[in-house]
Amino acid sequence: MQLFPCPFCGLREETEFHFAAEAGKARPEPAGQVSDDGWAKYLYFQDSPKGRSREIWVHLACGEFFVMTRDTVTHEVTGSEALSGRSR
Amino acid sequence: MIRRYSAWALLREGLRDHRGWQEAWRKAEPAARYDAVVIGGGGHGLATAYYLAKNHGITRVAVLEKGWIGGGNTGRNTTVVRSNYFFPESVALYDFALRLYEGLSRELNYNIMLSQRGMLIIAHSDMEMEIAARIVNAMRLSGADAELLGADEARARVPLLNDGPEARFPVHGGIWQGRAGVARHDAVAWGYARAASGLGVDIVENCEITDFLVEDGSCVGVATTRGTIRADTVGLAVAGHSSVLAAKAGFQLPVHAYALQAFVSEPVKPMLDTVVLSLGTGTYVSQSDKGELVIGGGLDRVPSYGQRGNPPMQEQVLSGLLEMLPAVGQLKLMRHWAGIVDVVPDSSPLLGPSPLPGLYLNCGWGTGGFKAIPAGGWLLAHLMATGEHHDISRPFDLDRFATGRLIDEAAGAGIAH
Ligand SMILES: Cc1cc2nc3c(=O)[nH]c(=O)nc-3n(C[C@H](O)[C@H](O)[C@H](O)COP(=O)(O)OP(=O)(O)OC[C@H]3O[C@@H](n4cnc5c(N)ncnc54)[C@H](O)[C@@H]3O)c2cc1C
Ligand SMILES: [Zn+2]
Repeated sequence: MQLFPCPFCGLREETEFHFAAEAGKARPEPAGQVSDDGWAKYLYFQDSPKGRSREIWVHLACGEFFVMTRDTVTHEVTGSEALSGRSR
Repeated sequence: MIRRYSAWALLREGLRDHRGWQEAWRKAEPAARYDAVVIGGGGHGLATAYYLAKNHGITRVAVLEKGWIGGGNTGRNTTVVRSNYFFPESVALYDFALRLYEGLSRELNYNIMLSQRGMLIIAHSDMEMEIAARIVNAMRLSGADAELLGADEARARVPLLNDGPEARFPVHGGIWQGRAGVARHDAVAWGYARAASGLGVDIVENCEITDFLVEDGSCVGVATTRGTIRADTVGLAVAGHSSVLAAKAGFQLPVHAYALQAFVSEPVKPMLDTVVLSLGTGTYVSQSDKGELVIGGGLDRVPSYGQRGNPPMQEQVLSGLLEMLPAVGQLKLMRHWAGIVDVVPDSSPLLGPSPLPGLYLNCGWGTGGFKAIPAGGWLLAHLMATGEHHDISRPFDLDRFATGRLIDEAAGAGIAH
């Protein structure tokens, strides 16, 4: 079992975590002016990179969302940071 | 000319020490240009090349495979074929594939060992029985065979099912599809490769696509580790690597890559003559002709391109197996592996033109595209040859994410893919 670092709780078992989305998506605004394609892109499309990936995860035990940087081939984790409150 | 396989050929070769067999397909060197190029030598890519030649008379075709043919998910899957889906669009697609599978050994002159031993999906509560009835009704309305089995009938199909008073998931009945079954996965790849090669298609292995040639905004070929290859039309059928290739072509897909694992036990005497899936555990199992149990389950939890499985899902799948069939608790596992699958939010494939003109998509099959290989090949060939959708592929276009017409089989059929 792999251990993932929660920025608040430290290293915990991977089964305590849930993948949410790729990091870096900003909700398009203002909603009324977003095209159907714009919404589709925001909701469904992503890079799904092979290699380094910045992702939003949630630690189910404490309920916090955070950004984890990992390698999708080796599964090595290279970063774990609390969300700043701004989208990035 | 390829010589046909037959009982007579077997006898003849048996009498002369098997020295007269030909190579099943030609190992081709890549040419500088083709009418059509298919990226990915899995079942879908090879079938596409075969139907381009067979249905559309386009024979200057190359299949470009970065490794060896059938070395991707086509050679890694648990070989279940079925069409027990919920939405009419899905049944039209998967039942078309199943019908093609039913005639495929003859069509390709290659024994794909299709064994229509039926599949039982077990329901464990009255609520699940209602869902099961809904799926059975939907399948029948769409013209596929399906039966709702009661508890006794389900137990009679698979007497080893755990149904004692201590069972965590008691048997209330289930969905039966008699035409479902298994086929030999490698034979599907090899059979299409041999038949396509016989029609003049070049099958090029160890040839990785590294980029796309784009002129005036259209795809006019590919850059590969074995040189540049131009083509009038290009098809993409690389399963787990769809997003990687899409990035090279300059667009994104609604896809996440995940590992999906499978397990094979040591061989035992015949004990299970159907495919069985438990809605409660998510584990499914069948017995191979050699006697091994072939076991599968859900996706790993972590997005991944690492072609190996992770322990949490191993534990879940195998504990599910023991819950379903306690009698197999002492069996040893012989092999275990994973493949990278391309998972789409509505659990339905992506078929159609890509955002780059001249490049067509056959991907997003996720955990369930082996059963679809004949249809996937047929439809991608149609798209590449005509530039237009076939009626069956139309609903699976990328545009469904903007129009909102998703074909949500995860919610619809409620079954693991
Ligand atoms: C463990 C497991 C169990 C499964 N069980 C079932 C099942 O029971 N029933 C079912 O219906 N489906 C099942 N599936 C899903 C099924 O295996 C796939 O959907 C199907 O095989 C996909 O076929 P394909 O031809 O599209 O892909 P693949 O067979 O993966 O072929 C794609 C090919 O593209 C090649 N490629 C990748 N990148 C490049 C590049 N840059 N250049 C050139 N070539 C490239 C790869 O090497 C690969 O050979 C399972 C999958 C797995 C992993
Ligand atoms: Zn935490």
